[in-house]
Amino acid sequence: MDIAFSADELAFREEVRAFFDEQFDDELVGRLRSGDFKEAVVEWQQRLYKKGWIAANWPVEYGGTGWSPTQKYIYETERSERGIPGVIPFGVGMVGPMIYQFGTQEQKERFLPGILNSETWWCQGYSEPGSGSDLASLKTKAELDGDHYVINGAKIWTSYAQYADWIFVLVRTSNEGKKQEGITFILVDMKSEGIKVNPIISIDNEHSLNEVEFSDVRVPVTNVVGEINKGWTVAKALLAHERTGIADVAQSKRNIRLVKQAAAEEINGGKRLLDDPGFQARLADLEIELMALEFTELRTLAAMSAGGFPGPESSLLKIKGTELQQATQELRMETAAYYQGVLPNGMDPEVLGHSWTHEAFRNYMYGRAATIYGGSNEVQKNIIAKYVLGLE
Amino acid sequence: MNFEFSEEQQMVRDSIARFVQDDYDWDTRRAIVASDTGISDKAWQTFAELGWLSIPFAEEDGGFGGTIVDTMVIMEEIGKGLIVEPYLPSVLLFGGLVAGAGSEGQRSAWIPSLIDGSTSGAFAYLERQSRFEMTDCLTKAEASGDGWVLSGEKVIVFNGANCNQMVVLARTSGEQWDHDGLSLFIVPADADGLKRIDYPMMDGQRVANITFDNVALGADALLGEAGSAMATVEAVVREATIALMAEAVGCMGTLNAKTLEYTKTREQFGVAIGSFQSLQHRMVDTMMAYEQAKSLLYKVVCEYKQDPDSADASINALKVLVERNAKLVYSEATQMHGGMGITDELDIGHYAKRLMMINTTFGDARYHRAKYMDKAFAA
Repeated sequence: MDIAFSADELAFREEVRAFFDEQFDDELVGRLRSGDFKEAVVEWQQRLYKKGWIAANWPVEYGGTGWSPTQKYIYETERSERGIPGVIPFGVGMVGPMIYQFGTQEQKERFLPGILNSETWWCQGYSEPGSGSDLASLKTKAELDGDHYVINGAKIWTSYAQYADWIFVLVRTSNEGKKQEGITFILVDMKSEGIKVNPIISIDNEHSLNEVEFSDVRVPVTNVVGEINKGWTVAKALLAHERTGIADVAQSKRNIRLVKQAAAEEINGGKRLLDDPGFQARLADLEIELMALEFTELRTLAAMSAGGFPGPESSLLKIKGTELQQATQELRMETAAYYQGVLPNGMDPEVLGHSWTHEAFRNYMYGRAATIYGGSNEVQKNIIAKYVLGLE
Repeated sequence: MNFEFSEEQQMVRDSIARFVQDDYDWDTRRAIVASDTGISDKAWQTFAELGWLSIPFAEEDGGFGGTIVDTMVIMEEIGKGLIVEPYLPSVLLFGGLVAGAGSEGQRSAWIPSLIDGSTSGAFAYLERQSRFEMTDCLTKAEASGDGWVLSGEKVIVFNGANCNQMVVLARTSGEQWDHDGLSLFIVPADADGLKRIDYPMMDGQRVANITFDNVALGADALLGEAGSAMATVEAVVREATIALMAEAVGCMGTLNAKTLEYTKTREQFGVAIGSFQSLQHRMVDTMMAYEQAKSLLYKVVCEYKQDPDSADASINALKVLVERNAKLVYSEATQMHGGMGITDELDIGHYAKRLMMINTTFGDARYHRAKYMDKAFAA
């Protein structure tokens, strides 16, 4: 039982800091905020790739870092502290692990390099209009025609589909048995004929979400990952992966730091907001909860490095993590007072008022989705009740 | 004791509700917010024709002579329909200040035109640094000949983008944060030296940052006595705060009704999600949150009607309770609508954003809780 960093770990932290300071430069920050978003993201991810740090969770044999849980923790903390975006999850975080875990040798050779070097942009075709958290109710169907599947249906809440080269899709290949049976996990080229992407503007006034329609889209049977009709196994494995990253304690710690910074400058009637005992009490409550969650996350990381796979316990991280994200985002909005309502609008933020409130608005508003996506928090509680506590 | 509404109040309530149903549906409202000005002149004319703009004004000023109860009824309906037209900034703030502090000449110059809709007013009180403290005022007016010269900047002025007249809070003596030494001036939006930067807020309101670069004003621009604006401002903001809380209660009621309807029809895992006990309990919590907010609103309105000066602690309390309960209501509404709840297309998120803006306007819960504690626990 020991949390102190070893000399090697301290050296690793210095290496991470030096890399971020050098590579995540102001020019790139500017482009991520107001330039060509995709181009800037790809460039950043390629810098990580060249350093060998693109796939923190992959095994070394497939191009992963082989980092210990402590190294991952150090890396994530330093990254989030600087407000550096995480790697877009759909390739490296989601489809990549499914391909090296369930895919054929040919699929590994074909897809993993493009995922690692960010030349292929992936998106996720899971949820469907109306399906919500009941993922297994999916209706998008794939019918066999020779050596191809013909796909018809629609997927929704597809982040960054407008940029994507490929999409991984759960399709229904059989209506027999339970609804979880008869689902297949398949990879589809977004350039295929019959795919249409419809933008969805979200509550933060941004366009990251989409609906993706499939009309008679022909996909080679060789693009199926894992066994036909056994896609639910793949889907569940992927959701567990999705949940572990989702606590994002480092992001909440950063929010707290930014709230303190802003509250030190907010003056009400001659007094600093940061000195307000009511405000301090709220901050303290959030910090205390966050301290505990940080160690819950570390314990999960440690268990994963021993046993390999995150279990249903990872639902706890998702629930508490997203609750704290939202609470810290909310406190940041309250710190902004009237300025919380000023929309990012292309006008000089310094002319309009506080420059940081745009980020607070975006994070808070889009942050409302965190308790809904990746399996809603209600579903996560069902998972814990059933699989951890044994309640039926 | 009687919590019933008069026949006239019920008629006003029904007529606004009918207006929302017939002429202000969600698509119409979306189109209005997306238009150049972000408000509908046609809707505003309807408000004038139906007499809604006259209700808070005294009969001798050409108004209907309504009370706080009438204002509450109107604002609750405005909240239900998420109406973006500037009833609060134009009628209650600008109109309230002119009615409260204006000379007979000023009242007759502005109130009839507010009532017929031709004057659109605003109250410029907020400054970059002032947070919730209106006395934190750096905008200055200096006497010059018969009149005044106004210099400074106001921010996030509600209806600032569309008003043609505004009342500006400015310092004529004293230091930043002094309660005394503040004055009110009526300033036309097209005055020389006045510049506006217009922009929309998250709740669809069009606001402006307004700079005054040596704006020359006549003697008749001064509203009330020089140096003693805060008494009028506090009285007007007190009433406007109650009105905002009524709007919040309207928003909360509609959010709850829409969410309840959704949980009864939305199916997951083969059943309506409203059949899940965990969600049922949360729906009960949001219902209770709404009823509690409404009850405290009624208490405040009753106290204020008896004696406007006696209701301050209850108004602080109401601001605290409404913020807490509105957060619960809009968070649950968003969450229970799932992915759809976080789209721009659905109205749920827009009610949430309006409630967030209401919560921060005239001071958030933290600010009002401290005021309440000062009053309630003073030695």
